[in-house]
Amino acid sequence: MFSKRKITFICLAISLALIAEGCKKKVPAPPPPPPPAPATAPAAATPSAPVVAQFTAEPSTIQRGQSVTLRWEVSGETSNVSINNGIGTVRSTGSQQVTPTSSTTYTLTATGPGGTITSSATVTVVTTPPPAPNPPSTTAASHATVEQRISSEIQDAFFDYDKSEVNGGARDALTRDAAALKAILAEFPNATITVEGHCDERGSAEYNIGLGDRRASSAKDFLVSLGVPGDRLKTISYGKERPQCTESSESCWQKNRRAHFSPGQ
Amino acid sequence: MKRIVWMTGAAAATLAILAAQQTDFNIIIKGGTIPTLAVPDFRGDGQSQSFMTVFNQTLWSDLDGSGNFKMLPKGSYPLNVPQQLSDFKPAQAANRPGSGGGLAMSDWSSPPTQANYVTVGYAAPQNNLFVVRGWLVDLSIPDPANAGALAKTYIESMDEKGARKAAHEFSCDILQRFGATCLFGSHIYFVRRSGTLKAPVAEIWSMDPDGKNQRQITHYNALSDFPAVSPDGSKVAFTSWVHGSPEILVFSTGDPPRPILFYNQRGASVTASPSFTPDGKQIVFQSSVGGCCGVYIANADGSGVHAITTSRSNDAEPKVNPKTGAEVAFSSGRSGPEQLYRMNIDGTDVERLTDGTGEASNPSWHPDGQFLAYAWTRGYMAGAFNIFVMNVARRDYIQLTHGEGKNENPSWAPDGKHLVFMSDRTGRPQIWSMLADGTQQQQLTSEGSNLHPVWGK
Repeated sequence: MFSKRKITFICLAISLALIAEGCKKKVPAPPPPPPPAPATAPAAATPSAPVVAQFTAEPSTIQRGQSVTLRWEVSGETSNVSINNGIGTVRSTGSQQVTPTSSTTYTLTATGPGGTITSSATVTVVTTPPPAPNPPSTTAASHATVEQRISSEIQDAFFDYDKSEVNGGARDALTRDAAALKAILAEFPNATITVEGHCDERGSAEYNIGLGDRRASSAKDFLVSLGVPGDRLKTISYGKERPQCTESSESCWQKNRRAHFSPGQ
Repeated sequence: MKRIVWMTGAAAATLAILAAQQTDFNIIIKGGTIPTLAVPDFRGDGQSQSFMTVFNQTLWSDLDGSGNFKMLPKGSYPLNVPQQLSDFKPAQAANRPGSGGGLAMSDWSSPPTQANYVTVGYAAPQNNLFVVRGWLVDLSIPDPANAGALAKTYIESMDEKGARKAAHEFSCDILQRFGATCLFGSHIYFVRRSGTLKAPVAEIWSMDPDGKNQRQITHYNALSDFPAVSPDGSKVAFTSWVHGSPEILVFSTGDPPRPILFYNQRGASVTASPSFTPDGKQIVFQSSVGGCCGVYIANADGSGVHAITTSRSNDAEPKVNPKTGAEVAFSSGRSGPEQLYRMNIDGTDVERLTDGTGEASNPSWHPDGQFLAYAWTRGYMAGAFNIFVMNVARRDYIQLTHGEGKNENPSWAPDGKHLVFMSDRTGRPQIWSMLADGTQQQQLTSEGSNLHPVWGK
């Protein structure tokens, strides 16, 4: 094996040298026309029927509303692979989530030059018993996460173009936010809240990092002045990296010049 | 069609001399007389035929995009194209009447072609490799035997990549013959944005100067932006939100790229827009330590931090003069809307460079340290940036783009003759390159949104 390779290598090296030598003197002929297309197509191998290597539904028993993953793998030559019950034509290997509302048998049909083969997988759907009522709670809000509380109770504060001062509208928003933030932080003693500073698309992205930081800081300073604990407010500038809209209009720009609140990381 | 761009060393000197006369800014790159060049298509033998379109297009774009030649249109060439230097015959023996000409050098140097030089050559397969022989023929020398200004053989892989590489190498050799150095082998680092509005993703990428061989450097699935390359091309530093607040990360640019340790100051809410000093040993950046934001300097690993500016008026994008290492250009909001400033690297002698109109940002030093390319909204709406070049000593400037969308983030090529920049003229931010006189504008990226290019080694 090794010696054979070695001989091949030597032959290759010699022919390379010869060709390289020849090249210095010889002009290659102008490019010949492309070879004619082969007269006959190569004889096709005798087709064999496709084989369904796998067709499963997991889990095979679910409660109504849950979903099941169908997985299949068909080998051999196929012209069409399909699954009934509304799934239709699929690739020869794949998976798909389905949510049958009642017990269903899925049939996979694989057709190829060698014939057609089918395979089935059944999903049993059991009806769910009605859920138990929620235990009574002291306050309805205690089930909300910090994230939910922020998104429902805290408003963005908006800024003027190229400015980071808390102006009239922002003062009102942050004054309302301060009360809600104090309540949330009191209820979640381990939580921190991030004040994000954002900018509109104007100005350079680099400059806007600083501008966003100044907006976040002045919003935080204002909140702290209203009694929100400063050690539980963090600031992050996103500059103009995370706009909430992308139109080049004053209404979009105004939406993006903001201090926004999110759960601390 | 994308075109590669090239550099010439002489251009920097020309730029400096001619910039003294502002009206001559527009001819700084093309200069007065540049040679006329005929570049007929090479033919390929056998298997190599399939890659000749790529080869011929690449060779043409490289030479055309270099700005070093007046390219003569292919329609003006004689009918018979020599395939090698020895195909040229002495004038009297070359052409029978009615043959269409081409085998005498005078057929190329006289009208309608009127070339100073012509490239000839061919490709052929050899041991399944793509082999190109190429000549540059100096048509001013009467004897064909002595007219070969360049004769080279290139052996590459038998595929499009190989054909492209052979064309790049041939054009590099031609450029070097004219005292120019080519940019093939340098890299452009940039940011590709994807994801959704709520969950945007920005990763650092690199590519060749013609936009080919795009390679993803970071895979954080987070926001990373503002790449800067070390002077030797071995490191890329950038700003990343991967750990929360913006901080500096550094990667090696080898294959595969790897993170390099960098110490960020704890507790700073902003540590951003890094760039390297010319010796590569230090990094200048924007930091909110002590208030947002000042210009700081640290060792390349982030240790030994100290402040350069103390005004806390949103100083950003510090860039150290690559020639002197002694001054810093930066943008700042200290006098109102963002403007460009310069100062000594110890923070003294701060001067505003732009006149206070509009917003000015994104300073990029020319390799000679005399010019800054930058983005400015002067004459346009807020946020509508165009690319300008300023002679820093004289404060006069030229405008290179003129409202074709927003044009930002200029960065000089190592040759000082080309710029790469971002333009959203196609509707999305994409990376473009151009000659420093504003001509030869070429789109380099088209997939996704791409911005913040920086041209390194």
